[in-house]
Amino acid sequence: MYEKNGEKYYICDAHIALWDARAENQRNIHGKQFIDCFYDYHKNLSPAEVVWDYDTYTYYGEQRLLKDLFEDGYVDHAIFQPAILSDFYKRGFGQTEDALALTRAHPDKLTYNHAWDPRHEEAGLEQLRKDADRMGLKGVKLYTAEWNGDSRGWKLDSLWSRRYLEECLKLGIKNIHVHKGPTIRPLDRDAFDVADIDQVATDYTELNFIVEHVGLPRLEDFCWIATQEPNVYGGLAVAMPFIHSRPRYFAQIIGELLYWIGEDRILFSSDYALWTPKWLVEQFVDFQIPADQTEYAPITTAQKKKILGLNAAALYDLDVPEELRLPAGVGATEEAVAS
Amino acid sequence: MIAVAASLELEAEVVAALATVIDPELDQPITDLGFVRSIRIDDAGVTVHLRLPTSFCAPNFAYLMASDAVDALRRVPGVGAVSVLLDDHHDSDKINAGLAANAGYVGTFGDEADQDLDELRRTFQRKAHTAAMERCVMALLRSTGKTIEELPGLTLWHLPGGPQKDALLRRRTDIGLGIRPEDLVLVDDDGVPVPPEAASLRLRFAKAVRISVEGNAHFCRGLLKTRYDDEPPTTRITNTRRSR
Repeated sequence: MYEKNGEKYYICDAHIALWDARAENQRNIHGKQFIDCFYDYHKNLSPAEVVWDYDTYTYYGEQRLLKDLFEDGYVDHAIFQPAILSDFYKRGFGQTEDALALTRAHPDKLTYNHAWDPRHEEAGLEQLRKDADRMGLKGVKLYTAEWNGDSRGWKLDSLWSRRYLEECLKLGIKNIHVHKGPTIRPLDRDAFDVADIDQVATDYTELNFIVEHVGLPRLEDFCWIATQEPNVYGGLAVAMPFIHSRPRYFAQIIGELLYWIGEDRILFSSDYALWTPKWLVEQFVDFQIPADQTEYAPITTAQKKKILGLNAAALYDLDVPEELRLPAGVGATEEAVAS
Repeated sequence: MIAVAASLELEAEVVAALATVIDPELDQPITDLGFVRSIRIDDAGVTVHLRLPTSFCAPNFAYLMASDAVDALRRVPGVGAVSVLLDDHHDSDKINAGLAANAGYVGTFGDEADQDLDELRRTFQRKAHTAAMERCVMALLRSTGKTIEELPGLTLWHLPGGPQKDALLRRRTDIGLGIRPEDLVLVDDDGVPVPPEAASLRLRFAKAVRISVEGNAHFCRGLLKTRYDDEPPTTRITNTRRSR
């Protein structure tokens, strides 16, 4: 919970990870390239005083995670969205068993989402059933650019992917988080294109599709499909830290999202440990659309409360304390509160 | 002296050729973006090293820019042998081998390639046109105080001359749209006029496209700076050519 100027905010960090990218876990050069890319993101967009050293960044462990999120970061609940990356890391990038154990130790604070890969076909489906049972899955995190032997990506509307989505429906896994990456098969077309999400969102209306990074670098395409598909959501991973380094661009992103998809389908996340939640929460609560960006309405306190946690809480049936909820019907019509 | 002058002239032509290579996603020349790491001109030819903001920039775009650079350099008269190398990318070995062997996109990526990258290029030329159109129309609306509904039948003739209009004309040419004064400004990707009732939505979406392209460009510039600790980004030029 975060409190400022008498307002209390329930915080759900909808995209966190517990990764191990240390040299001894790297399978090949791509393991190093991947974490170096993350570290450049971290260094480029974080305030100087919260930049980590490289070694800590490659592995920070459970206690650091708990402290950064729940002691320092105001987070009430956080959701693991792992990237497995078995082709890059010997024991995987996301640490499945450690994250699961941590979730079991703190079920009120953590939710564990797992991943599936349709290229594992029948065997992967069987694994998904076992994982759903063992992990109590409410959601999954899919990375369409994951490398797997000769294949360097897949599409959500492929035949096998559809079978997995249908299995999710049967298993009660209703939140499908999608993260697009730079590779896909074939390489001819734009790998970041979200048309396949549009397709499956139309076909599986009982599933929620949370597009991570609000479709960045294809914000416009994401907005366009999300406008038409009520079960498409935007996760603010990677978009959030622009609030510090490029606040005017951040205002444009939030302004576009509020215009196209509205305040009920935007989810806060730090993308921990790409960034840490403390400064993001503080800056977002203080944030206002700059006065000269008159094309966007000011962002309201109620909108901030929804984005910071209430929207994710609704998707994951999280128990939000009474005092942190919004009175029924509050939202769109509320007067802007300048901060 | 004549040899030195010719050599410097060649150097300028090499730089100018590279400046025609556009990052399709960001709609800016690779020379402005800092993607040209080094140029080495010697008696045999020219060797150019390219670099990108991350190891994981999309390999199809990386290949497109590198192969466009080869094509642009080969058009420089008297340049000699052309060698373009992409540094520090997850597909550097594959792309550099493909470029050296003139293998083309399909030959470079093998099973991962279906046909070619024409449609990919075209997708981003359309986005670049949409963004350029929005810049021109919004500038006009701001200067006239009118709404788009008040300007039905807006043509290229109505747009004031300047860099924004030049940029729009170039992008129209890229996607095969006309650039006559009487041609309508507000058209879809295929040049079909947008009906008045759809004008404001077309313009609104065009704005999202512009914000997206501009935002990506800022981010990529920032990442390049962080990655190479190089601000402003500089191209290292070595020229040992004695004559043309």
